[in-house]
Amino acid sequence: MGRLEERVSDLLVSRDLIGQQSDEVLVEIERGAIRKFAEAVGDTTEACLRGEVAPPTFPTTIRIPIPGLTYDLARILHGGQEYRFQRPIRAGDRLRCRSKLADVYQRDGRLGAMTFLIIDLEGRAENGEPVFTGRSTVIVR
Amino acid sequence: MSDTVTTRLDTRELSVGSALAELRKEAITKLQLVKYAGASGDYNLIHTDDETARRVGLDGVIAHGMLSMAFLGQYLCWLTGPDSIRRLSVRFAEMVRPGDVLTCRGRVTALEQDVAGQRITLELWAENQRAQPVTSGEAEVII
Repeated sequence: MGRLEERVSDLLVSRDLIGQQSDEVLVEIERGAIRKFAEAVGDTTEACLRGEVAPPTFPTTIRIPIPGLTYDLARILHGGQEYRFQRPIRAGDRLRCRSKLADVYQRDGRLGAMTFLIIDLEGRAENGEPVFTGRSTVIVR
Repeated sequence: MSDTVTTRLDTRELSVGSALAELRKEAITKLQLVKYAGASGDYNLIHTDDETARRVGLDGVIAHGMLSMAFLGQYLCWLTGPDSIRRLSVRFAEMVRPGDVLTCRGRVTALEQDVAGQRITLELWAENQRAQPVTSGEAEVII
């Protein structure tokens, strides 16, 4: 998910931003970061605790802002999240990552009119092979 | 490479509808939320600072939705090993607070022979101590 900047704004996210994406960022997957993540979760998977294989939700640590997309942290809810993997992420991977605003739409929910943001994240190996994709549903209210 | 995992999913015994072994997590603590904030990079203070949480109308801090998804990720690793996971998709339905005890549960919704192995689709969810599902979704694994 993009960086959630703390900026108070009454503006709804404009549909003009759909398709807006970040530059590609090279992310080095560090053993210590995997270990720290697994420990925080209380994940007892040995390969994760050793920092060798990233737990499946580890891509949440990859936060790449989308240019132009800002919203107030206090007004957002994380509605849903998906990750797909071609293979697990491993320590030492150097992943070429990019985030993109895939969609913006309004819907009436139990809290009134809400804006939904669909934010995609992808990670490829250095040779370009896809490794994982993520899709976040963020609700701005 | 990863462990040689003794999978807890025995494909010979699985069929559509099979309930999976459950994984009960320890009670969530405020310290865990602080650790998770640091490890994940989600510094939204509604997860770590009661004052901020109250200002937005909550009783106090709430857990990161992604923490309960991480529990389901652990559950999948525990069931099949981390190399088997192809997809994990969830919706965050209810808030989780410090002191809550989450239990991960699941059942098989589809079994399919794939070139790469047995593809298994699972429905899975984390429920709290009141048996209320807080985070639910679906996963695909190949074993």
